[in-house]
Amino acid sequence: MPRASLSLRTISIRSVVRLQITDARSTVNHMVHYQARLDATFAALSDVTRRGVLEQLGASDASITDLAEKFHMTLTGMKKHVSILEQAGLVTTEKVGRTRTCKLGLRRLEEEAAWIEKHRQLWSARFDALDELVEQLKRKEKTNAQRKRR
Amino acid sequence: MPNAKEDSAAVMNRTVVERKSDFEFVVTRTFNAPARIVFEAWSKPELFTRWWIPKSVGMSLVSCDMDIRTGGTYRLVFSHPDFDQPMAFFGTYKEVTPHKRLVWMNEESDQGAVTTVTFEENDGKTLLTFHERYPTKEALDEALAGSAEGLPEQFAQLDELLAAGS
Repeated sequence: MPRASLSLRTISIRSVVRLQITDARSTVNHMVHYQARLDATFAALSDVTRRGVLEQLGASDASITDLAEKFHMTLTGMKKHVSILEQAGLVTTEKVGRTRTCKLGLRRLEEEAAWIEKHRQLWSARFDALDELVEQLKRKEKTNAQRKRR
Repeated sequence: MPNAKEDSAAVMNRTVVERKSDFEFVVTRTFNAPARIVFEAWSKPELFTRWWIPKSVGMSLVSCDMDIRTGGTYRLVFSHPDFDQPMAFFGTYKEVTPHKRLVWMNEESDQGAVTTVTFEENDGKTLLTFHERYPTKEALDEALAGSAEGLPEQFAQLDELLAAGS
């Protein structure tokens, strides 16, 4: 099935985040504000390593050093990825002593999930209606074919 | 990671929405019918209008003209109790390949989208891919914000309507 890995990963991340969505409506009211930020979100999610980092942080917080090791990367390389995720609001970092700890920035993920879900609902409704109609057309064609044979 | 078995079982009735880039989004769904039937539902005005706008939105169709051939034009006019004026959607079909591909260009403004719909038949089923590309990301954001507003709570009604009609 031709599906970008973005949606696969988004769905798995979404299932973690779903419980956090308490008021989708208020999120929608903030649509104007978050649409601009969504562009950064989607750009951040377009990279396989960064999606991996999000999944990792979904399991537990980690330092940049931990993440660099896990993804076989240099510290500098991982810092860049984390910085992009941070700018998109997907990750927050906090420096304690000499260690920078990364954790999921859940708020942004909620909005991301709400955006996808909203459009999926609209198109689901539309395509459910199309599905129904297609079934009717199929039945009609079958009936007509049977009549002809008689 | 998603379970592959689960994926294939759920694939039939699942509508997948993806935002491919700043300018475009894609919706896919598989229908349990040959491509010519699914195509028919997209290309005959009297059929198209039966599913394109969920009835629960409260819009009514004033007129629907679809000259479905390459270079032909379309014009759909809807009215809604909340609007003073009816709303018109119009543009040109850039490509019409029966049972395979439909491309149309919205011409309501210079920010109009190009929509490509493909029908891929496999084993009596049709994978439908709806792809919409906007000239700017602002145009996409605006279009999606408009189309998604106030709909979800109406879907229960739509389900009832479809169940009653079958």
